[in-house]
Amino acid sequence: MLQLSDVSFRYNNKPLLESLSVELPIGQIIGLVGENGSGKSTLLKLIAGILRPTNGEITVNGMTVTRRSADQIAYLPDTDLFYEFYTAEEVFRFYESQFRDFSYDKACIIAQYLDIDKNVKLKNLSKGNRGRVKMAATLGRDVPFYLMDEPFSGLDPMVRESLIKGLIRFTDVETQTILLSTHEVHEVEPILDQILLLKSGRIYAQEDVESIRDLHNQNAVQWMKSIYNERVK
Amino acid sequence: MTMDFSRDKPIYSQLVDRICGDLIKGNVQLGDKLPSVREYAIESGVNVNTVQRVYKELEAMDLTETRRGQGTFITSDEKRIIALREEMMYQLADNFLTSIEALGFSKEEMVHVLQNRG
Repeated sequence: MLQLSDVSFRYNNKPLLESLSVELPIGQIIGLVGENGSGKSTLLKLIAGILRPTNGEITVNGMTVTRRSADQIAYLPDTDLFYEFYTAEEVFRFYESQFRDFSYDKACIIAQYLDIDKNVKLKNLSKGNRGRVKMAATLGRDVPFYLMDEPFSGLDPMVRESLIKGLIRFTDVETQTILLSTHEVHEVEPILDQILLLKSGRIYAQEDVESIRDLHNQNAVQWMKSIYNERVK
Repeated sequence: MTMDFSRDKPIYSQLVDRICGDLIKGNVQLGDKLPSVREYAIESGVNVNTVQRVYKELEAMDLTETRRGQGTFITSDEKRIIALREEMMYQLADNFLTSIEALGFSKEEMVHVLQNRG
């Protein structure tokens, strides 16, 4: 289980996240949604152990998150951080050298499923294909938690669909949890168990997707908009 | 293929409806094996937990049976499917009645229209 207790984060004395407390159980796909600048990327970096909370504590299975927690958490950043002169093959070999849980073979199977040519340098790949390489490298790891920052943004609907299916195919819901931030709420909704809504650095709502439909008679997008509108008034 | 879902109903119940539709149309035969939860999730692009709920629901409706170690199968009881067809017919009629009522049409008017459409 992943737990945040009263977590705040300030940068240059500006509060970016304020007293977040939330529990993320094992075995769910959770969507992290919210308008631009609401703190999604910062939150993911905090959970990944890349940033440290100013206040509060984040624990993974009872252990405080640090940079060393990378052995429990696979993080997919929204930026392109790999050397652009690397091929997917080289990215996988690099991951293999860094992460004990990484399976080169699994990454190659995922690469094949996503239709990636492993021998082309990243700089010669389209944005969609670079997104696929990142996904293959991330899912090539075998960890309890996957954190993905905007894995579908800027990709065409076909690429998004193949990535979404890859997510279901190459993870095990019984033992793994995926927390992903996204603006493509409508497309991603069918694979989500619950949604975490951030607004102005706070968690405004945490709700099961099925109960959004059941109780509020809305899909996730309408629900999100209604919350935003209601609180704006 | 990923499926589209309407907004007003939980996704699991839309999937249950879809499978019921396949049953009464005969797209799925008595005794057929259903794909595993995981396969079905990948095929339809939905969460595995959602599909689990779908399968549980189908079993509670006596439309499927789980055989230990073998998977989930459509019932081989033809009567159950006949009953399902009936249930769906009534359900459809109820929905129809609700919509015509909302628009202020009378049943008699609608019966007349239906008969003339052939």
